[in-house]
Amino acid sequence: MSIKPKDHSGPTAFVNARLLDPATGLDAPGGLLTLGEAIAAVGPDVTAKAAGAGVQVVDCKGLCLAPGLVDLRVQIREPGEEHKGTLETAGKAGTAGGVTTMVCLPNTDPVIDDNSVLEFVARRARLLGLSKVFPYGAITKDLQGRELAEMAMMAEAGAVGFTDGTRAVADAQVMRQALSYAATFGLTLVQHPEEPALAEGGVMNLGETATRLGLSGIPSVAEVMMVERDLRLLELTGGRLHMAHLSTAAAIDAVRRAKARGLPVTCDTAPFYFALNELAVGDYRTFAKLSPPLRSEDDRQAVIAGLRDGTIDAIVSDHDPQDEDAKRLPFAQAAFGGVGLETLLPITLELVHNGHLDLLQALALVTCRPADLMGLPAGRLAVGAAADLVLFDPERAWKVDEFSLHSKSKNTPFDGRPVQGIAVRTVVDGRTVFNREG
Amino acid sequence: MTDSTPPIASFTHRHLLGIEGLSPVEIELLLDRSESYVEQNRQADKKKSVLRGRTIINLFFESSTRTRTSFELAGKRLGGDVINMSVSTSAVKKGETLIDTAMTLNAMHPDVLVVRHADSGAVKLLSEKVNCAVINAGDGAHEHPTQALLDALTIRRRKGRLGGLQVAICGDIAHSRVARSNIHLLNTMGARVRLIAPRTLIPVQAERLGCEVFHSMADGLVDCDIVMMLRLQTERMKGNYFPSIREYFRFFGLDYDKLSRAKPDALIMHPGPMNRGVEIDSELADDIERSAIREQVEMGVAVRMACLEIMAGNLPDPWQRND
Repeated sequence: MSIKPKDHSGPTAFVNARLLDPATGLDAPGGLLTLGEAIAAVGPDVTAKAAGAGVQVVDCKGLCLAPGLVDLRVQIREPGEEHKGTLETAGKAGTAGGVTTMVCLPNTDPVIDDNSVLEFVARRARLLGLSKVFPYGAITKDLQGRELAEMAMMAEAGAVGFTDGTRAVADAQVMRQALSYAATFGLTLVQHPEEPALAEGGVMNLGETATRLGLSGIPSVAEVMMVERDLRLLELTGGRLHMAHLSTAAAIDAVRRAKARGLPVTCDTAPFYFALNELAVGDYRTFAKLSPPLRSEDDRQAVIAGLRDGTIDAIVSDHDPQDEDAKRLPFAQAAFGGVGLETLLPITLELVHNGHLDLLQALALVTCRPADLMGLPAGRLAVGAAADLVLFDPERAWKVDEFSLHSKSKNTPFDGRPVQGIAVRTVVDGRTVFNREG
Repeated sequence: MTDSTPPIASFTHRHLLGIEGLSPVEIELLLDRSESYVEQNRQADKKKSVLRGRTIINLFFESSTRTRTSFELAGKRLGGDVINMSVSTSAVKKGETLIDTAMTLNAMHPDVLVVRHADSGAVKLLSEKVNCAVINAGDGAHEHPTQALLDALTIRRRKGRLGGLQVAICGDIAHSRVARSNIHLLNTMGARVRLIAPRTLIPVQAERLGCEVFHSMADGLVDCDIVMMLRLQTERMKGNYFPSIREYFRFFGLDYDKLSRAKPDALIMHPGPMNRGVEIDSELADDIERSAIREQVEMGVAVRMACLEIMAGNLPDPWQRND
């Protein structure tokens, strides 16, 4: 791999845009000037006329210019499973979806449980110059849930948080000690909240659909039990805990109550869980086999309510690439997971089109709020900040087609879905890294 | 007994089970008496006869080299008869209970039992069943009073006082009886105590013992007069207290860089045995300008002589036996 970032082409003025900055509430016509890697000016004064000689002018034609999306949950698969996805294919999918910053899970092979793998991933991503990649480190060595990994050293090397990825830290004592140890250094732990003993053998949500299809179910209580256990531990140890991809009404309610009590807990969800329910499994569609599983319609509505009332702090793509061999199997044998980088923006915009959130609220959930959760220098249209931008058309209608995805793996549960809103141009550090128009 | 001293009226405890509960006057008395033995131990003729005719049993339910040797030397230098018993290798293996062992030994009329046990509270339980004086040589993660006294003697000799000093105790506080005894002693004598360790190694509500708690060496060592390092007691650890030795050393091992936050004349102490490169940089441990580690060992013998003398001197005379 020898792709290097292209040189900066000098100052660029993005003019005639609808500027959207959820961090400040800005929603106004204007322009944005980049200089080198940073934003040099934002506002109504940045126009084509005002641009001096040597400034490249990009006419945004009234489309929305916002901070590039920040995605806190991406599985890249490199190193170890490059046949499913690589840093390059994830970067291309990310930039095509308007994602300029992604946080990747440590469940690679080898696992990101020490500095060497962490630095390998960060360096390769930096050389590519596509979406920025910030790794999570593992909580436990080799994700085995037994011995703590070197979290403090990984944090020094740049790990933004710690998680065992798609596995819950099952042992309560290990989780207690992990929380306590992490709190020593002010580190955030991210839990995949699922009681493994209850999920064992289950392949979809426990309920009527599973019963009709004859598939073994994962009860929704598997999620809330782990959430509630960890909240008790958090109360004991102190520290900071983030619950990943919540999918059930009960778990969201548990977090809501914990926040009301002042516990330092945050959570996210993924588009799958507010745009789909268990009926998407339909006729054994393995692309709809996800972890956590797609839930009931009541749960889906509760996820939307959690997004509306602020209980849920962020929307993540939960990008989980699986190749055909892993999905073209009887449902019970197929792998869990769906790709999501390229549908994060349009499915999030469904919340706007359906009247659940206004545009700035929806954008905040995929820009400044996730950035703040992990302390990332991203998600804002501020002078001096990195020029990580997405230019998007919130109205343009299109249909998700697995074969048009940039992702190496095509396993999207949204295949065939008509959606509205698309990223037109994506800018990372002042460089245009994706341009749908040419 | 030619040179025996009369019972010490102001130290009335039958046993020395811990520092908690001792008064400043009692601690001063133990330290002053210890001080008198320091010079004697540096003479060619170290022998006195204050304990002539007395029997001291070192009853160690947990392995130990330095503490046992220190007590043994202390007893012998005072003219007592010292027996070492390592119980882990004898009666306990045959199924005898702690209390049965105590009763058996008691029947042999010892004067002082020096007891170490892996379980907190075991020494106190034993002391309730015997007629002689009991000195706690370390019970679980509870107390190790003679260690705190020898630490205090070392500090007092180097710094001239205990009151007002800022002392940092660093490392495995959770499993440390040395830390607990030192916290009680230093607080009683008017020093200020900080604990520095990862949260996993700080016991719950440690600040209730009268300490300030820190989770960073850089913050906790600022302006300290004394830096006490503790050994990582991996043999007592069940579970995950830290991920690796190298990460522990990086953030909580004492080296010149971290020490630079303390006062320029800060004294480094360690109860031993040291794990070089784990809790303390090897070069620093050997730095005679900064480290009082070997001096602590020397003070240990003097302190144990004082404790044996005082405890033996407190025995009812003549013995009033219950049996």
